[in-house]
This record gives sequence, structure tokens and C-alpha cells, in this order.
Amino acid sequence: MNEQVIKMLLEGIRDTLYMTLGSVIIGYIVGLPMGILLYVTSEKGLHPNKPVYRAFDFICNIIRSIPFLILLILLIPFTRFVVGQSYGSTATIVPLVICAAPYIARVVESSLNDVDAGVIEAARSMGASNFQIVTKVLLVEARTSLLTGFTITTGLLLGYSAMSGTVGGGGLGDIAVRYGYYRWQTDIMIITVILLIVIFQIIQNLGTNISARFDKRKH
Amino acid sequence: MSIVEIRNLTKKFEVEGHTVTALDGISLLIEKGDVFGIIGMSGAGKSTLVRSINYLEKPTEGNVLIDGVNLEELSEKQLRKERSRIGMIFQNFNLLEQKNVIDNICFPLEIAGVSKKEARERARNLLRTVNLEDKEKAYPSQLSGGQKQRVAIARALAPNPQILLCDEATSALDPQTTSSILALLKKINEDLGITIVIITHQMSVVTDVCKKVAIIDSGRLVEEGPVDEIFADPSSDAAKELISGKEIRYTPIDRLHEEKKIRIVFMENSAYEPVIANTILKLQTPVNILRADTRNVNGKAVGEMILGLPEGEAIQNDIISHLKGAGLAVKEVTENE
Repeated sequence: MNEQVIKMLLEGIRDTLYMTLGSVIIGYIVGLPMGILLYVTSEKGLHPNKPVYRAFDFICNIIRSIPFLILLILLIPFTRFVVGQSYGSTATIVPLVICAAPYIARVVESSLNDVDAGVIEAARSMGASNFQIVTKVLLVEARTSLLTGFTITTGLLLGYSAMSGTVGGGGLGDIAVRYGYYRWQTDIMIITVILLIVIFQIIQNLGTNISARFDKRKH
Repeated sequence: MSIVEIRNLTKKFEVEGHTVTALDGISLLIEKGDVFGIIGMSGAGKSTLVRSINYLEKPTEGNVLIDGVNLEELSEKQLRKERSRIGMIFQNFNLLEQKNVIDNICFPLEIAGVSKKEARERARNLLRTVNLEDKEKAYPSQLSGGQKQRVAIARALAPNPQILLCDEATSALDPQTTSSILALLKKINEDLGITIVIITHQMSVVTDVCKKVAIIDSGRLVEEGPVDEIFADPSSDAAKELISGKEIRYTPIDRLHEEKKIRIVFMENSAYEPVIANTILKLQTPVNILRADTRNVNGKAVGEMILGLPEGEAIQNDIISHLKGAGLAVKEVTENE
């Protein structure tokens, strides 16, 4: 394999990681508070508020029901407005974040729902405010489940970042589409697929290990 | 002034369009330093009642006064402050699973904004109070049920509460662990002067530690008073049911053929005297012991018996007056009790 191909693959790995991690981080900045809001305003939450819950619930469902590939194309004008261009890895982060945030919100909501209601009641009986319950009880007690959700989301976004290769998103997916699909260079496509598998495995194992280490429930 | 005053408390819930009345016009006074039992069958509303004391459940009608302060009149922030002066423990312990023992005990202090150093010091003292000095760094998953409840008690005591609410705190524990937890609660009441309110469905818990008891049935307060008096002479059906423990009755009374049955309760010293044998010897007539049980009510030996009396009104009255003469509480038992 010549040097040029190796350089291209290395850049592909870099771009893929950039898109995945970038979208996961920004996705959580948006999605985590959204998930907390969903939890807090839900019927059995700390501060039930039907209109707010319904609104966010609706937004989440709408975005999640649009297939990513279509969302990617649908958002091209918006991406161009935000980033200045609609292709390349930075531009891909925009649709990735918009796709990921509602997904993350749901994952967070479900993690928080799993926290034992008795523990929350105990905190209330001690005079904790809702803010303290969220920051000191919910996020702490749910951290294992939140980390598992984080890992799953990262894996999902790795796959979606590759999908964005079809519209010139950059990264390993882009390489696989260009060489494997348009030029019939199967060898390069296979290498990118193997690289994606390896990256996915590393993310998954790292995530599983970290969340297990943080879990104090079983020793 | 009573430390807890419940005035005409009513709580209604909306369940699928229906209104369910969980509590119906309950008034109670709990004095400072009391160990007060609230007992009732499951579904009687006692959990809702205890949650009204710290306003985790806001009453639909009526008021709750803590040390003369009407909780209804407090802002959300003042209410949280007031709650931190009322400790609470639960059936399922409700410890933070991801925090170790000492951090769990420090938790209410952390919420109250106490410095970490001060909180740790207080937590270590409390670990000594509950005999768990060696478990400081353990996580709840590594503890037994009794140990978890001890941690929960230490946690509830951390902010120096005046009142400790116990919601079925021993219901998930075996009898031996139950008595050690009850002994600890008694010690806390005696040493620290904390008023304890115990919610339970187990009569043995009430007779072991409580001085006063209120009996709740279908959301209503049906009987209230000192434990030994209620035990000796229960007037409500719910009290009779709880005391007799219908579910452990080996010989259903309605299957026996004696015409007249009486329930006698031995108080204090009479439990050690052969009162029944003396009666039989003196009157030269047999009685049939249908059921007998002795319990420890606040350190006093209290026994109860159900006797089947021989036929003939004259002899029955003789037996009853003889038993009453020996200082026993005597009550006729009807078929359905």
C-alpha cells in the first residue's frame, strides 16, 4: 500500500473521531439538559409540567422519526448557514448533533427514570431542593446507566458519521464510499470497514469498563 | 405544646377520575419525647399520614403543626428547612447506592451546606452511635438489611432532628434484626430526647417500643392512647384484629362450642401468678383455654388469654368476678372476633 493511501486512511480516522466525538460532546451539551427537563416535567417527575413535557416530547419524536440520511440532506441549507459550507467533517457535525440530541435526551430520561423513587423521596425528606436532587442524587445514582447510554450513543454516531460520507462528509465513511462504491477499489473499502470495526470495539470496551468501574452497586 | 399537632387532616387522591380518600379527618397530638406508634393494616393510610407530618404529601384539608409552626404557611424554601429538622427512615432504607456509608451519612449535611470536615466528624460520631464504626468505607450493596437501616438511622440523625419518622422501618427485617433496630430507636429516644413516630403494621413493634399508639383504619383514626391501655382493652375492631393477630389464630373461636368466651389480659405482676389455676381450684370448675399469649409491652409482661367458660350463668359470673378480683381485664368475646 502506498504512502498516499496510508496518509488518507490516517486522515480518515482523524476525521471520523473528530466528527464522532465532536457530535457526541455537543450532542450531550444539548441533549443532557433536555433529558433532565423531560424527566423533571414528566407526570411522575419532580416538577410535572404537561405543556413543557408535551412540547419537548413532540420535538424529540419528530426528529427521531426522520431517517438520518434524509435529515442530512434536509439540513444542508441550515448547515451552510451555521458552518459556511455543507461538506467536510465540521459541517457533518451539525446534522449529527441535531440527530443525536433528541436521542440523547431520551437515553438520559430513561436512565433517570431508573433511579429508585425511594432514594429521591429520602432526599426530599432531608430538605433537598429539586436542583440538588438532580445534581446530587439523580446524576450520581444514574451515572452507570448514563455512561452506558453515552457509549451506545457514541457507537451510533460513529455509524452515522460514516453514513454522512455519501454526501461528502469526510472521514472513513467518505473514503469507503468514494473508493469502494465509485471506484470499485474493494481493498481500500475493506480496510476502512475493518478500521471502523476496530474503532467501534475500542469505544464499546472503554465505555463498558469505565461504567463498570464507576458502579458501586456490585462488588 | 405538642411537637406534632395534626388538625383534622384529610387527604384525597385523584385516581383515574375517581376521588380516593386516603385520610379522613385525622387529629393527633404527639408530645415531645414520645415514642408514638401509628398502626394499621396495609392500605389503611398510615404511610400517607406519616408523609403529611413532613409535608411530602400536602393535605387536601387540615393542618400540620410542628412545634407550633403551621407547615401550610411556610414557603417552599422554609418548608425544606423545616423538613431537614425531621429525620425519616424507610422500609427499603433508600440509601444512595453509589455512595459509601460515610458519604451517605454526610449527604443531608451536604444538602444543608455544612462544611465537609464538620460533616465527616459528625458522621463518624453517628457511626459510633449505630455501632458501625468499621463500615465507614463500605457501599450499601456490601451491607446486610439491618446494617443498611443503621446507616439510614445515622443519616436521619445527622442534621440533629427533633423528630424521627419511621415508615415501616423494620418490615423488611427478620425478627432478630427488628429487635436490635427497635432497641437502637429506644436508645436514641432516651439518650437524645428525639421524638419518634413509628408507622407499622406489626403490633409487636408497637408493644416493644411505643408509649402511645394510634390505630388507623380505612383512613380514619379509630383508637388512640397509651399502649398498655389499648392492649388491655381494645375497643375498635381494627385494634382487636391487630392485637389478636387473626392470621396466627390456630383455633378459630367460632369452631368451638363453649357458650361463653371471655378475653382476659394479665397486667404486670398478675402475669407471674397462677390466676387461672387458682380460679379453677377455688371454684372447682374447669375452664377451657382456647388461646394464650404473653408479650412484653414496654418492659411489662402482658398476657392475654381467651377462655371458654362452662355452662350456667351463675358459675360464669363467679369466674368473671374472681378473675376481675385478681386484677385482670375481662371482656366477653363474640363469635366474629
